[in-house]
Amino acid sequence: MDLSQAFSTMAADLPAIFSMSVVTVAGLVMILQESLSENDRPIPWIGVGALAVAVVWELVHLGDPAGTAFFESIRTGGFASYINLIVLGSGIVTIILSVPYLDHIKHAYGEVYAMIMFATVGMLMLGTANSLVSIFVGLETMSVCLYVLTGLIREDEGSVESALKYFLLGAFSTGFFLYGIALMYGATGTMYLPEMQGAVPEGSIMFWAGVALFLIGFLFKVSAAPFHMWTPDVYQGAPTPLTGYMSTASKAAAFASLILVLFYALPDERWSLVLSAVALVTMIIGNVLAVSQDNVKRMLAYSSIAHAGYVLVALAAGTTEAYAGAMFYLLIYAIMNLGAFGVMAMLEWDGKEGRVQSLDSLAGIGHEKPLLGVAMGVFMFSLTGFPPLGGFMGKYAVFAPAVDAGLTWLVLIGVLMSAISAYYYLRVVVVFWLADAEDTPEAQAASRSFVFAGIPVKATIALCAVALVVLGVYSGGLLEMTFGFFEEGMMAATP
Amino acid sequence: MFGDFIPLFIMIALATGLALTLLKAAEIIGPKRPNRIKRTPYESGMDPIGSARERYSVKFYLVAMIFIVFDVEVVFMYPWAVSFHDFIEGGAAFGVMVVVTIFTVILLIGLVYDIKKGGLDFEQ
Repeated sequence: MDLSQAFSTMAADLPAIFSMSVVTVAGLVMILQESLSENDRPIPWIGVGALAVAVVWELVHLGDPAGTAFFESIRTGGFASYINLIVLGSGIVTIILSVPYLDHIKHAYGEVYAMIMFATVGMLMLGTANSLVSIFVGLETMSVCLYVLTGLIREDEGSVESALKYFLLGAFSTGFFLYGIALMYGATGTMYLPEMQGAVPEGSIMFWAGVALFLIGFLFKVSAAPFHMWTPDVYQGAPTPLTGYMSTASKAAAFASLILVLFYALPDERWSLVLSAVALVTMIIGNVLAVSQDNVKRMLAYSSIAHAGYVLVALAAGTTEAYAGAMFYLLIYAIMNLGAFGVMAMLEWDGKEGRVQSLDSLAGIGHEKPLLGVAMGVFMFSLTGFPPLGGFMGKYAVFAPAVDAGLTWLVLIGVLMSAISAYYYLRVVVVFWLADAEDTPEAQAASRSFVFAGIPVKATIALCAVALVVLGVYSGGLLEMTFGFFEEGMMAATP
Repeated sequence: MFGDFIPLFIMIALATGLALTLLKAAEIIGPKRPNRIKRTPYESGMDPIGSARERYSVKFYLVAMIFIVFDVEVVFMYPWAVSFHDFIEGGAAFGVMVVVTIFTVILLIGLVYDIKKGGLDFEQ
């Protein structure tokens, strides 16, 4: 290859990684600010500013045609911009919610925000990857930062435990993932997703063994059963706003990447049955185990397992409509979960033993903090999937194509499980509004010195709630847009 | 294609077998005259002091971070320096310089951070 040509191509491709570059540079500036200056106050706002710039850039490029950049290692265009918007938006919400929370628990280090930025870079790369190597690099950049963020409260045993579990199991799953990539590469001789489709040797056990290991790595990251064991412990121990980040942005990026792999590299229908089985187990385990949880964060962790199951239903269906529905669902899910974890972060206080998150200790809190109470109600109803809200449209967009693809039995289980989920989601609303603090000893015993929720936090949580209502009513345009990404990809894939 | 790997498997079997045979042979044939000095753990010639299960100062980790900065730098810089001549001939000297500068600056920021956090400050 002509070397000078290579560098001019790379220079021309720079707009494709605009968001990644801006976020990286902001992260480096934050590190320097933290080490060189005594004043840590501006650090989170540098991050919010950089993420906002990237959001504007991605909004402008939402309608771009699909393409690749950097010698086909990164995807560009509408799909990439869409998933980047979810990740960047989650990053902004997380940083805004983290500021008062980390101040309250006295762990307001500048490095936390820099780590959030670097994790975001990893997710941006993961969600737009076009080759197995970019997927791996993105996944690891994201994971390493998340391991550190999980163990942030280092004098709390629960936090250290969760960080260690996450790190050890995550490193183990990375091994599976990498071995899967090696086998897939060995069988096909290519790392690029679109080329892989045509290069699979007929009846190659090596390739399908590789795909199985590769899927295990992915299913671990999106916490699908039976690779979900780490989720409740890790989500419980991590600082709450960062748990929200982990459960939304990293899952959205991992799912987007998985969709790209399934859509471009493996259009063969053979994996459909495997994914249906995983989706089935995931939905049942997530919903059934969530019922018995006292701790709200653990409940939300099991609920996030259940929601991974719903998305997997769409992936198992494997049609263009299903992928479009899954992309739409990821957006809705990100908003719901960020909001729910955000409210929980604001309703936490320093108890004697670490941080208290038991539901009973929040009896009647809705009357004390009406905005947070109402917002939590919206998030819970939406997570259950009540009609006017975004959660309903999301579930519809995921389940309807699955029925069309002949997975009626799976959708039936999904709907049944959603009915079970109403119990534990609505229990939160009942305790928030209808339970009386005077009758609940736990609420009496707690000192209830909450995180001070300032205007930015309240505005963010309110915005999430409003967005859910708006997206529930006006979802057609968005669904059409996500559908367009795949139509276009289909045409590009079959020249 | 499985047949292509048979020499490799023979090689692995031979290597493992030889290593195990030698270890076992040393155990069986070798003379055993233990004394107290021979039984103490080897710590580079120093007399062992106290238990090995102690908590390390966090300083060691900061020093290890500096080590990693330079370690990673060398891993990438050395091949770059060796092949830089080819890049000049290929007309890509400027592009390669820019890329390596970005890389070095990022590592430099890590180093600045570590030193400012007291990575080389052993007094406290």
